Amino acid sequence: MKTIIGLEIHVELSTKSKIFCGCKVDFGGIANTRCCPVCLGMPGTLPVLNKKVVDYAVKAGLALNCNIAKESIMDRKNYFYPDLVKGYQITQYYSPLCQNGFVEIGEGKNKKEIGIKRIHIEEDTGKSLYNSQNITLLDYNRSGVPLIEIVTEPDLNSGEETKEFLESLRDILRYIGISDVKMEEGSLRCDVNINIEDEEKKTRSNITELKNLNSFKAVVSAIEFEENRHKLLLKEQKNTVKETRRWDEVEKQTQVMRLKDTEEDYRYFPEPDILRVVLSEEEINKIKEELPELPKDKKNRWLEEFKLPEYDIEVLTGSLELASFFEETLSYSNNPKKVSNWIMTELLRRLKECDVELSAVKLTPKNFGKLLNLINEGIISNSAGKKIFYEMFENGGKPEQIAQNKGLIQIDDMDAIEKVIKEVLHRNPQSIEDYKNGKDKAFGYLVGQSMKAFKGKGNPKLINKVLQKLLN
Amino acid sequence: MVLKLKIYNLSIHEIKNKLENREVKAIEIVEANLNRINSVENKVNSYITITEDIAIEKAKDIDKKINNNESIGVLGGVPMAIKDNICTEGILTSCGSKMLENFTPPYNAMVYEKLLSEGGIMLGKTNMDEFAMGSSTETSFYKHTKNPWDINKIPGGSSGGSAAAVAAGEAAFTLGSDTGGSIRQPASFCGLVGLKTTYGLVSRYGLIAMASSLDSIGPITRNVKDAALVLNAIAGYDSSDGTSINKDKVDYLNGINDGVKGLKVAIPKEYFDEDVSDTVKKSVLKTAEVFKDLGAVCKEVSLSSTKYVMATYGIISEAEISLNFARFDGIRYGHRSFNYKDIESFVKSSRSEGFGSEVKKRIMKGTYWLSKDNYEKYYKKADYTRKLIKADFNNVFSNYDIILTPTVATTALEIGTNQESTTTKKKLDGYVAAANLAGIPALSVPCDFDKGLPIGMQLIGRAFDEKTLLRAARAFEKAINLNNILST
Repeated sequence: MKTIIGLEIHVELSTKSKIFCGCKVDFGGIANTRCCPVCLGMPGTLPVLNKKVVDYAVKAGLALNCNIAKESIMDRKNYFYPDLVKGYQITQYYSPLCQNGFVEIGEGKNKKEIGIKRIHIEEDTGKSLYNSQNITLLDYNRSGVPLIEIVTEPDLNSGEETKEFLESLRDILRYIGISDVKMEEGSLRCDVNINIEDEEKKTRSNITELKNLNSFKAVVSAIEFEENRHKLLLKEQKNTVKETRRWDEVEKQTQVMRLKDTEEDYRYFPEPDILRVVLSEEEINKIKEELPELPKDKKNRWLEEFKLPEYDIEVLTGSLELASFFEETLSYSNNPKKVSNWIMTELLRRLKECDVELSAVKLTPKNFGKLLNLINEGIISNSAGKKIFYEMFENGGKPEQIAQNKGLIQIDDMDAIEKVIKEVLHRNPQSIEDYKNGKDKAFGYLVGQSMKAFKGKGNPKLINKVLQKLLN
Repeated sequence: MVLKLKIYNLSIHEIKNKLENREVKAIEIVEANLNRINSVENKVNSYITITEDIAIEKAKDIDKKINNNESIGVLGGVPMAIKDNICTEGILTSCGSKMLENFTPPYNAMVYEKLLSEGGIMLGKTNMDEFAMGSSTETSFYKHTKNPWDINKIPGGSSGGSAAAVAAGEAAFTLGSDTGGSIRQPASFCGLVGLKTTYGLVSRYGLIAMASSLDSIGPITRNVKDAALVLNAIAGYDSSDGTSINKDKVDYLNGINDGVKGLKVAIPKEYFDEDVSDTVKKSVLKTAEVFKDLGAVCKEVSLSSTKYVMATYGIISEAEISLNFARFDGIRYGHRSFNYKDIESFVKSSRSEGFGSEVKKRIMKGTYWLSKDNYEKYYKKADYTRKLIKADFNNVFSNYDIILTPTVATTALEIGTNQESTTTKKKLDGYVAAANLAGIPALSVPCDFDKGLPIGMQLIGRAFDEKTLLRAARAFEKAINLNNILST
């Protein structure tokens, strides 16, 4: 038996303003403070399409290998709901902006293309909230927030595969910078259409639509729950009902929301208030040129260029910001593995400890690279390097200066070193004797004593060299 | 015939002259109009709201500016009124409907904003058919407006209040909206100039939509030059209207007196069919002779798609109405029912109580045209015939500059005339709706009288060629020198 899954994904675009007016796009906020007569659909107001929304959607379309329509129209989808201010949602029905794309998932033999049927732009609705007395409260802050709806072909065959697809999609959308793609804040919403095909008996269960999926984990769990439910019914020679079900996160099961026995009539209608969305070849090409290298391409290139372990690459390409930080650091300190190690251990740990975003940190790739150089060249020790790193992470600054100020530069003045080591030797005649009698351990002991004398600031290579010279 | 006009009957240009020459003060003009409103309004019912305080304050302000030799704008000191479906901040904007009986918009329509900035003095909001649906101003929830030429007759509609106000001397000019003739038809019935502008020339921002792809705003004035002047003030690109077209600014007064020598005038035979009364037919055909005498070339042409106009207009306008009127659910503004048990019944009863029967009828018809099984059968077809109608006009305009037709098939009908029959509907709207479907400009100019009631002729022009229309209308107006000013 084969599971067939198709997705309808809504992504909130992170444009500065809403799709049809100048109101700010932002998550949350005091109810009904981010709306104006236009996004409230007041009589007489008119929607004016935000060109940035089109650009963002085209970016998504190009990143997902779609054909971009040079001409498309907006349509009205008509239904009554208190959080829908105009009695219709302005969307694209008859001619979507992007069509026929794909996302590649899996590696090697498991490589697979998941078809993207269409991507269109539309406005978000307000939110209905219910208080304890079961009174409906309306918040229109979200009304008019720009969305793209991505509809996949039914090419997915398991919960895990769906999760992999969603992760890839999320990474791509994050890379091209059109959304913060956070499922928990609703900027990425995913509805699942699922049914089961019994290839032997040539039967199919009726499609179930799944809603209220608030995390990738919920998507996987709901799909697996439905797979079993559908399979069981088919085995019993029964079938599922064509319906919409919601995932209950507490009960860990799906529950009926509504039947889909009759298709709703949305009376789609070409939006007369907005002229055609027209894009020239040049505009599309310009957007194409501005696209960053996508995660998959970057990984492949790094594998070639930097010969890093796959694990490192996976971590470092986790976000465009981190990847760029890594690559920029390399232009100051060209040792990929060393840079990678420092990022994966020190930087990522510190970010996690402080619960901050990379962009909020004062550390720059340039100074970070220079710091690693200082360590490599033996000018500062590894542990001094860490101290400087912490300082730069908090307050920024140049590593040489911090090292100077904190007295962390390793002493490499030959005369000074000789003077200190002569004193060490003077205090340890027995060890000199032992060394001369061939006891190698004694040399190690003298190095240790010397390091101690330098209070950690001594350059081990030089100490070795000087000790050897003085002893022989 | 030199009749000394009363102040309230002055044209915009006359007012401007008198103000410029300091013969009269803005406050005197406004008071003359307010007094006139006081004495005739109970008979005519042009207004839903009268903004006396705003008018007096603004007039004083204009006078102060005149005294200080400051600029007062091209409409400085000119008393005006605005159709009640055009949003005016802080002033009731009811659309002639119970649904919006308490609706005071927190924003101005772009046209109103422009008129204010040019010094226009707001007298009030004019009565109209409910949400502009009607041809007689009888579907208004508030009152029936009467035709000032004969108060037993309708003023036309839907901008009946706007037309009656100018005809009765209750404003120097008004703004109306025209979705299927709603400016031109009442202008014709009331002996005035009414201009429906090219779709996209005048911003619709703040016009409470009836049918978005057909609505346009325009002036109702006493003469052609006044119409050109108001158009100068309201035309132009507006980034808050996505259908506004960005074009170079035109001065519509410039060259308005250049005459019509060599102008090619098309006279479509379909517009002189059996439904047009003989007097109207005769009067309008007589205007063709006037144009010929002035040096224009007039020829009969055919607009064969004319037979589709009414059906196409009906389906397209009703389809758009059914969607545009979904927003009136009583939740955020407008009439709110107390008779409900859940959200669905709340919306239902708010709409049932708030909308009048004409509005309900059109919403239901539009919903039917757009339902899944009918979309192809009706809407798609209407959309197609609309293209035919457009193409038909383009075809004529490749050989002609303007088209001459009657505005309405008759003079003003009796109040209370049943307008349900297809023939009556066609008589009232059948000759004006095509310009809306094609998005092209058209104006009505008084051309004659029949038994004391005005007759209008319609000139239709190329898209964005209001200039030629106004020039032709002006040449005609000058030539016949018809007295269209009511003297009592």
